[in-house]
Amino acid sequence: MSNPSAPDGPPDEPADAPAAPHRVIGTPPPAQARTLLGDGTGDGTGDGARPAPRDLPADPQNLRQAKTAERIVAALFILSTLASIGFIAAYVGLELNSVDSVLRSNLALGTSMSVAFLALAVGATIWVRHIMPNVELTEQRHPLASDPEAREAFAETFAEGAEASQFVKRPVLRRTLIAATVPLAVAPIVLLRDMGPLPGTTLRHTVWRKGMRLLKYGAYTPISPGEFSSPGGMITVVPDGYQDDPDALASATSIIIKFQPGLLQPPTVMNWTVDNIVCYSKICTHVGCPAALYEQTTHHILCPCHQSTFDAPRGATVLFGPAPRPLPQLPITTDAQGYLVAQSDFHEPVGPSYWERG
Amino acid sequence: MTLTEKLLEGTGGWLDDRFHGAKGFRTLFRKIFPDHWTFLLGEIALYSFIILLLTGTFLTLWFQPSMTEVVYHGSYTPLHGVRMSEAYASTLNISFDVRGGLLMRQIHHWAADLFVAAILVHMLRIFFTGAYRKPREVNWLIGIVMFTLALLEGLFGYSLPDDLLSGTGLRITEGVLLGIPIVGTYLSFFLFGGTFPGNVIIPRLYIIHVLLIPGLLLALISAHLFIMFWQKHTQMPSKGRTNTNVVGAPTYPYFMAKTGAFFFFTFAVLALASTFAQINPIWLYGPYTPVAISAGSQPDFYMGFLEGSLRIFPSWTWDIFGHTIAWNVLIPALLPLGLILTGAALWPFIEQWITGDRREHHVNDRPRNVPTRTAIGMATITFYGVLWLEGANDVIADHLNISLYLTTEIARYAIFIGPAVAYFVTKRICLGLQRKDLHLLEHGVETGIIRQLPSGEYIEETRPVDEDGRAVLEARRPPPALPGGPDAADEEVPPRAMRGGLGRVRERLNEVLTESVPLDGHGNGYGGHGNGHGDGHPAEPAAIPSGEAAGDGSGDDQEDGQA
Repeated sequence: MSNPSAPDGPPDEPADAPAAPHRVIGTPPPAQARTLLGDGTGDGTGDGARPAPRDLPADPQNLRQAKTAERIVAALFILSTLASIGFIAAYVGLELNSVDSVLRSNLALGTSMSVAFLALAVGATIWVRHIMPNVELTEQRHPLASDPEAREAFAETFAEGAEASQFVKRPVLRRTLIAATVPLAVAPIVLLRDMGPLPGTTLRHTVWRKGMRLLKYGAYTPISPGEFSSPGGMITVVPDGYQDDPDALASATSIIIKFQPGLLQPPTVMNWTVDNIVCYSKICTHVGCPAALYEQTTHHILCPCHQSTFDAPRGATVLFGPAPRPLPQLPITTDAQGYLVAQSDFHEPVGPSYWERG
Repeated sequence: MTLTEKLLEGTGGWLDDRFHGAKGFRTLFRKIFPDHWTFLLGEIALYSFIILLLTGTFLTLWFQPSMTEVVYHGSYTPLHGVRMSEAYASTLNISFDVRGGLLMRQIHHWAADLFVAAILVHMLRIFFTGAYRKPREVNWLIGIVMFTLALLEGLFGYSLPDDLLSGTGLRITEGVLLGIPIVGTYLSFFLFGGTFPGNVIIPRLYIIHVLLIPGLLLALISAHLFIMFWQKHTQMPSKGRTNTNVVGAPTYPYFMAKTGAFFFFTFAVLALASTFAQINPIWLYGPYTPVAISAGSQPDFYMGFLEGSLRIFPSWTWDIFGHTIAWNVLIPALLPLGLILTGAALWPFIEQWITGDRREHHVNDRPRNVPTRTAIGMATITFYGVLWLEGANDVIADHLNISLYLTTEIARYAIFIGPAVAYFVTKRICLGLQRKDLHLLEHGVETGIIRQLPSGEYIEETRPVDEDGRAVLEARRPPPALPGGPDAADEEVPPRAMRGGLGRVRERLNEVLTESVPLDGHGNGYGGHGNGHGDGHPAEPAAIPSGEAAGDGSGDDQEDGQA
């Protein structure tokens, strides 16, 4: 029932393609007996009308090995099918309602997915390597450069076109066209102007103002110097009223450290401290990460991003790393209720260097 | 006729009727793909990209690119009641409330890492085997652009969930932008819509991440593959492979099946990693706030070298004429990447100029056969590697229990010494391997069989290298001589290209670049140009002289003496 249909071209080329040894009923006929292209008219295809010489053998070199491989591949494909069904089952069966259930679901979905893909991949690889006949074909490669006549002809076509366009002959047209493209290229960039406001002097200021309270980050409670009695500790403070404003916090976030009496030294500005408590900007002067690590024994403030190290008792001067400047010091004092407040804004821009900083 | 056959015939006919495709499709089906394991590297990149598109599309179904503040009430109880951006909340939602969401998120992240890693290694393969040479320079350039886009794409994607780590990455990006002279503050204000962090950066990065860069990548990948297809694949040297042919398996059905299998392998590996190896657990980092940071946090690996570069560089800044120039940010952020990418982009043309080699190359070099190029590549890897390690110096210092500052100090020296050492060591190794190749060709392979000659002398038998091996070993071709080089010494006046200072530089560079063990001698003393050594040696037999071996008649590989 699966007789090879007679090809409409000339019969097989007997020389280099002996008929396949034997065929099992139900398998496709040998390749040379087939044509992929039905009954084309053959017009216009030129030499494509004759059947191609046979390159690929119809059967693998080792039929016994191929048979074994076939069983393995089929088993792998069945495994893949089962794994995919398992994936669907895991999706339907495992509801998400807790962290543990997410873990279970991820394991089940991931494992079944991996097995499904892996079995397909291994199966297909064995198929290619052991069931398809081994072949190595050689294809000729021709120089990419065309022959001189073709290049010449193309050059002529190009020159003719250039001439016909009058582009060369009429310099006024050429120059005005070029002139027209320049603003055309600039226009879209101008269109982007409203992406943001101009920087102006924004980077010079933070929201700190005279009398603004320092709130403990997280608890958002004001701090009285007496209660803040953890010498050696460092806490993060934010300006009162701005604790939920990321834009304000990105520049105004600061740290306070309380030292043992006598430890603070210049260039720390003593008038800006209260009760041996000093306040520095937390924004690293390198590229703006929070300088969040404090080493109690050495009194070093360390930025975990690029490891700039600041000497806390000495005006946060730079000890090591890529930061070019000390962390700016915030002048602080206490208000009528005895809580820590700012005396003013920082006296210099906080954070990384920028062109207009000066 | 079976149904399958009918379908096949019908499809073929249908396509040809509409697209006149019979010849074209046949050529396509019979297109030859040479085999070499390194040719899979580019495929890994391609398939990672496809997997990124698939998983990324899934993620967009739930992800909210918005910085509007919400209070979290999802399944992840530790963050209940915490204020966060919608971007972060929706990422938590994908992770904990969408079935398969965590898996897809992790596959997406692993695939991004694999994508960049595969591109990197693929580019190294292209470089070390000289596959970028004429006529493939354009594809090399496209590759460099795609690599740059992949880095950006990764950085932007990493920033989207708005967790503490990703926000810190953006903060560093802001710091770097601010460091650019004259336009830096404007760039930063325009990108962030004002001061950092603002409330527009995530939607802006989102559209760049899901549309602009993937679209560009898709277009460039298409061009990359089309050019590869049109110029035909390069091949590694082996028997029967020449500059005018391509040897391998045809596309249909072999390459199609293999590459299909490889897609599933890639997907399976990523799925396995995502099942068993957690990546980017954003719920542990918490939502972004400019106030906080976690110690020991690392960016994705491909950003590591930039991070290291920022750490290693000293704190140089200039305050002049009322302006600040932040060399401490500018140089480390732009120089290493700029140096590597610009150098890589120009290299094919520099090499062409130095060697004067304008021929087409379709058979790849074995890295040892071009020692200077290989040495330059290894020096670059070392340069990159030092920066990359420095990007993790806190982790290294912690594990090795050494001072953090010491690691940076070491890296500050290693960044100069390392590449130089790598250059010279690599060059020596390559030249040594060349000598080994020559030795194998001349004396054959040691068999481990010791034989006593009638005279009482013991010798070790050798076996000539087989034909396949010879084809590989003999693949080295001497580079073409420069016009007016020593090989053309009989001409009194050097040609114009070789005159003057530039010509002398070119000649000197040519000597360095073409430095190899001479093919005609034993290779003692190297230097590209004839050392008069070859003439003294008549062609030697390829193995133990067969006259002796035949003496007791036990030689396995007897062959006629060549001498």
